[in-house]
Amino acid sequence: MAEMKDVILQYVIGEYVDEDDEQDVGYDTPLISSGLVDSFSMVSLKVFLEKKYSIKLPDDEATPEAFDTVTSICRLVKKHQG
Amino acid sequence: MAYSDKARAAFNSEIDAIKEKGLYKEKRFISSPQDAEILVEFPEGAEKKRVLNFCANNYLGLSSHPDVVAAAHRGLDERGYGMSSVRFICGTQDIHRELQNKVSKFLGMESTLLFPSCMDANSGVFEAILSPQDVIIADRLIHASLVDGIRLCSAEYDTFKHMDMKHLENKLILHQDKRNRLVVTDGVFSMDGDLAPLDEMCALCDKYDAMILVDESHASGFIGKTGRGTHEHFGVIDKVDIITTTFGKGLGGASGGCVSGRRELVELCRQKARPYLFSNSMAPCIVAASITVIDLVSSSTERRDKLERNTERFRKGITEAGLCIREGETPIVPVMLFNAKLANDMSRDMYAEGIYVIGFFFPVVPAGAARIRVQLSAAHEFHHIDKCVEAFRKVGEKYGILGLDKNGIIAKYGM
Repeated sequence: MAEMKDVILQYVIGEYVDEDDEQDVGYDTPLISSGLVDSFSMVSLKVFLEKKYSIKLPDDEATPEAFDTVTSICRLVKKHQG
Repeated sequence: MAYSDKARAAFNSEIDAIKEKGLYKEKRFISSPQDAEILVEFPEGAEKKRVLNFCANNYLGLSSHPDVVAAAHRGLDERGYGMSSVRFICGTQDIHRELQNKVSKFLGMESTLLFPSCMDANSGVFEAILSPQDVIIADRLIHASLVDGIRLCSAEYDTFKHMDMKHLENKLILHQDKRNRLVVTDGVFSMDGDLAPLDEMCALCDKYDAMILVDESHASGFIGKTGRGTHEHFGVIDKVDIITTTFGKGLGGASGGCVSGRRELVELCRQKARPYLFSNSMAPCIVAASITVIDLVSSSTERRDKLERNTERFRKGITEAGLCIREGETPIVPVMLFNAKLANDMSRDMYAEGIYVIGFFFPVVPAGAARIRVQLSAAHEFHHIDKCVEAFRKVGEKYGILGLDKNGIIAKYGM
């Protein structure tokens, strides 16, 4: 779990945080509700998770709430890994 | 009654929540033609006031141009008021065909299809040409209508950081397994006024076998040496596959839009795009006026040259006055304030000074990036621009932000 958290956190930082942005992002930093990731660009994270973990995330579960923190994203991925 | 008190209360509480968040859009009434100087009633019920307009998309000052108005009259007299039909049933007149041909020539594209608006063009184009085996790769700051169109499409989609070419390249590599790749961008981004680097984007599309769609709504008629748009500016007219644009901004300001591009893609839109198939034709008077607009911008660069001079004067003046702006060269000039309340308060004070500008804040722009967006027009004269700059200087002084950069303003007002 810890390894998955780090992989996803590193992806989020690389994908959504600009190099000149001083914002600290951790496992429980709100991503969607804080405006760091908007609902349109959230899809990039979904594409990454599905490719990386060979899963399919249904649209009704890939919600802004489920994607709001790295911790909650890990829970969702784990659930679909079976 | 199906509309119960309970339902009414629930809707009212949603409206109240919008107000509490400071996101409520207030009513403003204009009782003059659209121009550099307009007569405004704001707030509702207040005495009408003559103000200078610095927030219209009237880039070329054609909204009330006498030749355009006369052409609309002729269209009304010669082709009637409305078509009472969608295009493919009995809603296509000879002037619709004439406008499409003129737009194709002006934009340097193979073919063009008119839509009731560019919002409709953007809603319909993706689903008409793409399938689930394809992928759309979009800049994260594209216009909301493109976002809606992409979401309505069965193709997969992905995004790249705003104008980050390395990130775009990574995404193009990631999606090499797809049948078709379509890169999507605005030519000029409406909130920041920055230009998509179409030369680099087209080179990447060539390298990784991708098509490119550019929304030119804030560019058509005035970006590029002869006003053809961002693709002219970057010398890639023949490299762009699809342009969507509007007749509701620089090109006359009424309404209507189009998809212009490769012949087969436009033909697929004609066959399959739902807003084309299920919404009425552009009204004849608007089509007739738009033909005159295209003739005007095709035959002379006078208005886009004046807009360029106005833009240079404003950007220089506002920078010297000590305001913080997003650097650039387009007539969209964001005066950066970062704090939403500051943007709102300053726009009200600007109105008191006789300048009509609007504050923008989250969710219209990213959180912490509130600004007043100034839009220049060829209808402005230098004395209008100087008055606007002076008003910004006066209001900026009141709030103590003159000479402050991003960090200075945030330190004083927060984000």
